[in-house]
Parts: sequence; structure tokens; C-alpha cells
Amino acid sequence: MSLVARHLEANGIPTVIVGSARDIVEQAGVARFLFVDFPLGNPMGKPYEVAQQRTITAAALDLLERAWVPRTTVQADVTWGDDSWRAVYMRVDDGNRAALAAAGEARRNEQAAAKVDGRARND
Amino acid sequence: MIDPAYRSFVSYIDKSREFYGAHGYERPYQWAYHADTPPFAPLPGLLATLRLGVVTTTFPPLPSGQERPPKQAYAAPVDPPPTAMFTEDLSWDKDATHTDDPESFLPLARLGEQVAAGRLGSLSPRFYGVPTEYSQRRTLTVDAPAILDLLREDGVDVALLVPL
Repeated sequence: MSLVARHLEANGIPTVIVGSARDIVEQAGVARFLFVDFPLGNPMGKPYEVAQQRTITAAALDLLERAWVPRTTVQADVTWGDDSWRAVYMRVDDGNRAALAAAGEARRNEQAAAKVDGRARND
Repeated sequence: MIDPAYRSFVSYIDKSREFYGAHGYERPYQWAYHADTPPFAPLPGLLATLRLGVVTTTFPPLPSGQERPPKQAYAAPVDPPPTAMFTEDLSWDKDATHTDDPESFLPLARLGEQVAAGRLGSLSPRFYGVPTEYSQRRTLTVDAPAILDLLREDGVDVALLVPL
């Protein structure tokens, strides 16, 4: 999405990205970024929390209007509440290392079999 | 718990490298990196006079029998706003949350409120979708130009981009 933003900006359309993967967006380099420090999935606010969604939408419009230099990052004034997701998401530790390696192996075997069958999608 | 002795925000570049490495994928994904001053278009007027288009990485619900959305940019009407979007194929935190409320990532009703309040000129009659590609070359040469064309067709002045 950051590459799309850069393309639009280069062609005269101002953009604001609202997202939760701060490192990915900032490393790509974009004009305006509203960082929402939530687990991936609800950058515009928690499901059905309309007041919070309004806060984030308004902040995105404010940033669109007020940023005057590229790589402007603003952090939205919202919190998820429980922080346990930070450590849990894509966790790798001694407890699951063998299972992850087995899952990767199974997936590669499945893909190799699909290729032989001509079922592989070119995507 | 936030421990201020560590970076507070999650690094998805680090997490995904370690996660897929543990799956046996030895060559980590090379994320887009630019050290330049990114392109920056100033607003062409007051926001209250401008038309905004929303770009999502999600897709409309799939026809039955189809497992994955097509890898193609699209535009779809904002009225009525979709009651559900297909998100299953994307990487997001399926343990911590859900995507049953499209307003949590595709804020068409919330933006409609901003138009009604006079803060935003108008919402484009269509929203736009961009496929998540492994290939950055494909995003740059196919999908980004396709989104630009769609925005121009609808006279969009400014864009809100929301990756899931």
C-alpha cells in the first residue's frame, strides 16, 4: 500500500495512510502516515466502537490537511487496552519451534505436489 | 504489558522474518525501502471542497466456490456500504480481533459523517481495492497505475489508504 501511496503522490494526488505496521510503512517512505498502535486488522478503530472510529477518521483528515513535509507520522490518540497481542502474534519460541518447522515442511510438500498436478496458481 | 526498556511498537519486519524463518524459509522477504524524500503532493484546496477516495487491501465477499480474490485492482460502489469484506487471505491478528465490522478498516459511514458535517467536500461514489502482492514490481507497474486510473475516472482529489 505504501508503494501505491508513493505512486499517487508522484502523480499529484495527496494521500494519507492509516495503518498499524509502523516499521513497514515508515521504511517504505510515505508522505503522511497515521499510526494506530493496534493489532493488525482494525486500523480505523475497534469493531463497532463508533466513537473511536470517529476519532481516527478525524485524525486522518487533520493529518491530510496539516502535514507540510513528507514522512510525517502522527500516532493516533487511541489505545487497544490489553497489550498481550504484542508478544503473542507470530510468536516463535522453544514451545512451538518444532511445530512451525513441520508446518513449513508440510506446506512446501503440498506446493510441490500441486505443481506436479498442474494445480498451482500463478499468483 | 509495555516495558519502556524495549521498543513499544511491534516490528512486523522482525516478526515475519523470524516467523517464516522458523518455518524453514531461508531467504527473508525484502520489504520496500526508500531513503529518499518521498513524493509529496500538497492539497489542491480546502478539504471541505475536495473529493476523497478510500483504498483498501480487502475484497468484496467471494462468489461461492472461489477461495481467493483475483489479483486485480477494483472499484466498487460506496452506497450502500458493504456489510462484509473478505479478509481471510490477508495477514492480520486473527487471535486478537476480527474484521466483522467493515468500518474498522473501510470507514465509509464515518467519512459520510465528515461530509455531512462539512469537514470533507465529498466521498467518491466508489471505493477502491488493491491486491496484496509478493512482487513489488507488480505493485509498481500494474496495481498502482490501475488505482491511479480508477481515482482519476471518479475525479478523486485526495486518497485515504488503509492497509489491513
